Amino acid sequence: MEKAKKRKIGIISSIILTLLIIFGVVSASALAENNSKHVDTWERVKRLGKIRWGVKADTKLFGLMDTKTGQPEGFDVDIAKALTVQLSKQSGVPMQADFTIVTSNTRIQLLKNANIDGFIATATITPEREKVIDFSNSYFKAGQSILVKKGSGIKSIKDLNNFKSTIIGVAGSNSVINVKKFAPKAKVLALGDYGQAMAALKAGQGQALTTDNGILYGLATENPGYTVVGGTFTSEPYGVAFDNNQPEMVKQTNKALKAIIANGTYNKLIKKWFRGVPGLDWRSLEK
Amino acid sequence: MISLLTSNFHSFLVAFGYTLLSSIIALIASTVLGTLFAILQIVPSKTANVIARAYIEVFRNIPLLIIVMFFYLVVTKIVKIGGFTAGTIGLTLYTSAFIAETVRAGINSVGIGQTEGARANGLSSWQTLRIIILPQAFKIAIPSLGNQFINLVKNSSILAFVAGGDLMYTANNVAATTFDSFNSYIIVGIFYLIITLPLNYYMKFLETKLKGMA
Repeated sequence: MEKAKKRKIGIISSIILTLLIIFGVVSASALAENNSKHVDTWERVKRLGKIRWGVKADTKLFGLMDTKTGQPEGFDVDIAKALTVQLSKQSGVPMQADFTIVTSNTRIQLLKNANIDGFIATATITPEREKVIDFSNSYFKAGQSILVKKGSGIKSIKDLNNFKSTIIGVAGSNSVINVKKFAPKAKVLALGDYGQAMAALKAGQGQALTTDNGILYGLATENPGYTVVGGTFTSEPYGVAFDNNQPEMVKQTNKALKAIIANGTYNKLIKKWFRGVPGLDWRSLEK
Repeated sequence: MISLLTSNFHSFLVAFGYTLLSSIIALIASTVLGTLFAILQIVPSKTANVIARAYIEVFRNIPLLIIVMFFYLVVTKIVKIGGFTAGTIGLTLYTSAFIAETVRAGINSVGIGQTEGARANGLSSWQTLRIIILPQAFKIAIPSLGNQFINLVKNSSILAFVAGGDLMYTANNVAATTFDSFNSYIIVGIFYLIITLPLNYYMKFLETKLKGMA
């Protein structure tokens, strides 16, 4: 074969291959959409006798990996345990809690893919999220704030609204979207998790770290050179999340939430996790 | 997928620019650095050999992520560098170690007779290297260099870890705001192909062209 012919065949076969790949991707996308049809979560957890909760492992106070035991520990994790106990009572089926580690960026996708049944992972109830997943009633009232180095002179989010400022957040959290409304001129960097974000703040990659106050207080207790300033500038009610269209699971969870508040478990957990946090009035969190 | 692309087209385009820029800088810099260290390995000086060996072994055997994180979190305390710069520097150092090895293998496979002949004809050792050995070495090294370049472009996704604004970083952000991870990652996958496929094709073209010249 002469060269020109060889080249022609080469070009044609690459075009065919490209078309095949595009076709494959499109049909896989359609298939994925079909597969994400919802099954009844409440029925599934009763059948399997366990609830697979998604919890954080990078957030002090709410969900942090204990390096000694290899288990996540925090307020969210304990709420998950308490809810599981309560839900077992309500269904009459003994259930246990299984934990899967999620990040702000992966939690919704893991839920949609049914890797987990629900998540309690410092997730704010927002209208955008409610379009794709279901939330229980709020179990914790947080608000967005900023963490800065002590003596930095930054007093509130307003001091960061200029082109010189860089604000660090975590990808997938509500706070990186919100902060653009309060400091539209500042540059926003979204890192992978709170550990990385804190490391970046310490390295001077930005002047402030923004997220919900509860999480920031957790970071401040671990890093004494840093402090939460300016109070909260948004309201972030945390909810327990389930896949879309799970009215029964949400109803049962709301009932269980009410029950653990009524029997005092909730306040015990608030005391356990938030009593020693400097700058935070833990009594105000009690229900 | 199309609607996700059009509604976030500007973000993806900017990200594509960052990935392309980072790849081009790292490609040029790592080729220069890699060649330099390949030469340092073969020059008749024990000190130069040891330095080159140490450089290559260190950067070839440490995960890229650690190198990048080191620049992003540690070096920045001395000299201010952002995520994009830290990522590109890390990418350059890491890839240059592999390129040094590839070029050295190319130099070694040029027969000793070439050097002897050049020297006998009165060329200095530097001239021998520059005019006789390196051109032949590169010709031999081209297929594996092509592999290194493609790996480099793909490895540039490391920038996402240090908020470098590249394709992978943008895919994460778009996935997080639209909750459509599936299509976000497919779209950036295609953007990477837009860089790597022509690069691959060009390296193949270079290979055949140089073969014809021999």
